[in-house]
Amino acid sequence: MSVNTEKKSAVLKERRTFDVGSWLIPFVAVLVAMFIAAVLMYLQGASPLTAYTSLLKSAFGSAPGIGKTLGKATPLVLSGLAVTIGLRAGLFNIGAQGQLISGALASAWAGYAIHGLPMAIHLPLALLIGAFFGSLTGLIAGALKAYRGIHEVISTIMLNSIVISLVDYLASGPFKEHGQPLTRTAPVLKSALVPKFFGLPLGFFIALALSYAVWWVFRRTTSGFRLETVGRNKNAAWYAGINVKRSILIAMAVGGAVAGLGGAVETLGITGRFEPAFNAGLGFDGITIALLGRANPLGIIPGAILIGGMRAGAASMQFDAGVAPEIVDLLMALILFFVSAPLLTRWLRRGKGAASSVTGGWGS
Amino acid sequence: MAPLLEVIGVSKQYPGVLANDDISLTVDSGEVVALLGENGAGKSTLVKAVFGLLRPDAGEIRIKGEPIVFGDTNAVIGRGVGMVHQHFQLVPVMSVAENIVLGDEPRRGGLLNMKKARAEVRALSERYGLAVDPAAMVEDLPVGMQQRIEILKALRKEVDLLILDEPTAVLTPQEIDEFLNVVRVLASQGVGIVLITHKLREVMAVADRVVVLRGGKVVGITTPKESNEEGLAQLMVGRSVVLRVNKGDAHPGKPVLTIKGLEVRDDRKLKAVDGVNLEVLSGEIVGVAGVEGNGQRELVEAICGMRPRAAGEVLVGGVPTENMHPHAVHLSGISHIPEDREKHGLVSSYSIADNLVLNQFDQEPFARGWIRNAGEITKNAHVLVKQFDIRTPSIKATAGTLSGGNMQKVIVARELSQDFHVLVAAQPTRGIDVGSIEFIHKQLIAARDRGAGVLLVSAELDEILSLSDRVAVMSGGKIVAVLDATGADRAYIGRLMAGLHD
Repeated sequence: MSVNTEKKSAVLKERRTFDVGSWLIPFVAVLVAMFIAAVLMYLQGASPLTAYTSLLKSAFGSAPGIGKTLGKATPLVLSGLAVTIGLRAGLFNIGAQGQLISGALASAWAGYAIHGLPMAIHLPLALLIGAFFGSLTGLIAGALKAYRGIHEVISTIMLNSIVISLVDYLASGPFKEHGQPLTRTAPVLKSALVPKFFGLPLGFFIALALSYAVWWVFRRTTSGFRLETVGRNKNAAWYAGINVKRSILIAMAVGGAVAGLGGAVETLGITGRFEPAFNAGLGFDGITIALLGRANPLGIIPGAILIGGMRAGAASMQFDAGVAPEIVDLLMALILFFVSAPLLTRWLRRGKGAASSVTGGWGS
Repeated sequence: MAPLLEVIGVSKQYPGVLANDDISLTVDSGEVVALLGENGAGKSTLVKAVFGLLRPDAGEIRIKGEPIVFGDTNAVIGRGVGMVHQHFQLVPVMSVAENIVLGDEPRRGGLLNMKKARAEVRALSERYGLAVDPAAMVEDLPVGMQQRIEILKALRKEVDLLILDEPTAVLTPQEIDEFLNVVRVLASQGVGIVLITHKLREVMAVADRVVVLRGGKVVGITTPKESNEEGLAQLMVGRSVVLRVNKGDAHPGKPVLTIKGLEVRDDRKLKAVDGVNLEVLSGEIVGVAGVEGNGQRELVEAICGMRPRAAGEVLVGGVPTENMHPHAVHLSGISHIPEDREKHGLVSSYSIADNLVLNQFDQEPFARGWIRNAGEITKNAHVLVKQFDIRTPSIKATAGTLSGGNMQKVIVARELSQDFHVLVAAQPTRGIDVGSIEFIHKQLIAARDRGAGVLLVSAELDEILSLSDRVAVMSGGKIVAVLDATGADRAYIGRLMAGLHD
């Protein structure tokens, strides 16, 4: 039996130190992850130096390489942005994956099934349909949280499974390309394909613009302030007249839309059709990227490019240094581990402090 | 024989507060000692010292004649000191027996011996006459029974001295009576008991001796026989800070705040405010006096739209205000200094500038349509920081880095810089430094002189008496009297606070 020592003041201190300021953690996380991966490559008998050089060269050393890297980075920026919007509003959106693939499938359908539209209409429409379905997926978790108090981590994880299975079913059944053995949709019509822009995917610029827009909304607008206040102190937000439930719905809907757009851009710009296996993990990478970018809508861009580059250069690294391409997944996992360990402990403690104070506040 | 517990000259200084100031007391076996005092009187600091959790700056604590080693809590517990916390530390989904043996379970081989655990609990329950069902699930039990389990859990470790921290805060009146019986039984078995509380009735009912703390000092040691509730109330809320407030005469006008038949329930769904009628006129300060826990908090929360009004109305200038919508109430003309500043008043990780516009961030001139106006927000912050003497290196500093007094000034600045007819100030000077107290007092009077109606709720009777023009005394959820503050009789108010009106 023990007396609680200064527990409250510790919680308060934690709350105080929650800022997006310290940029040291992501750098250290990436370097330590690369070092550990290097040791493993060395033990495999491969040369880490050759591997990393080859990775760097193929990802960033040539115009086509950069194009490929940015193409890979595009959905990553968007899924990272989706997670970031949630984090800002105090929600841990693990469901970017589900939101992303529902957007991917919906946009693929819009891309092949709607005929006879000019590109100027067809492409934006397909993108919007992707965003819409992503938003819907996010909104389910948002509504469960706002009206039933179900923790978004639990509901988004479950929704991921539901959406992944549902999408697999649709892609292997009703939406499957006729007369083909593979589980995938028909190819998207030309009028719905995201064009390239001097060899660079146009989607990347959409993602950049959106990141900037989200950054600006949080920095300058009342809507952003509302979400952020809810994220930092629900009770004070409620007390100051902010509709906490609506803010949760908005954060999940907008986050879902951005993730869905990520799926759409990937489908309409890179893969050209929906094929379940193609999108594996993009949404989960979004969590790593959001944490690497310290929940800053602009900060996620370098993280997305870094990870996009790793994905783009994995094959050539395998070819040049003889390391398994899975080493990239390992790198990603290590980065996530090192970047999230300090953040998660802080976030969880913050959540605990808030939980005890929520009782007298909204919705109870 | 040495007393069970001796506290000798214990002092503890925190930055800005002398939490314990040369405290001495003793507890003997089989004796119930009530530690009486308002929040912040130094009770929990003293208990922490007894447990060895903090090192006093001066003084000594002895258990059965031997000094304890500060910093070694386990040794203190090993010498027979147990504690029941205000917030239970039980596992709701486990049985009574499992909870009681948790942490020191009887085993057979490597496995938990549930049979023995249940037998042990039954034996314990018989020995102290505390009936429990070892197989019941804790979550299915009423709060009073859960507390009994906490007590058994403590007793299982051969406790000689049992500290009960605000044990009745969560109990219903019937459960309180049962609990007091338990205390008597334990004492008759030779357990020394320290009862931390601010409820006078319980103290009178069960204590052998009463130690009253105020502002970190022992202000009185007495017995229920030599004292009465009224005397204890006065000791407890007495003159902890000498407050000298210069204020002119009030010029009361029309009613600005009207409370009609207000009924409010507390977190346990029990009636905490019971048919309150009160009127505050423009240009006057009405102070609500009362021993804490008599419905003042619920009253304030219901007025300000933070807690549902079960019955009755709150009108500002004759217009009814919305129930359960703090911002709507604010917009109808009530400014509010909330009791819990870090929970409701501020976002500690936001800058001072953002906190100063927290409830008007989307209004002109701080926002034009959808866009926040950083220039105006900054300008506002500079003006208010200066006007309200907020001590900070920068308006960009986060509110969490400020001292309590300066945090409170941020809230006061925000609330008083907006249009309002009524100011509701709940414990506006609790836990802040004397300089800030003085400043906030001046601001309350200035608000009155500008024609606002001020409702001041404070646990400090002196604060109430020196600031108010009229005093409403609250006891048992009711306003039992409304008096003129000038020439009010402290003793009479003390009696009213103690519920001794007739």
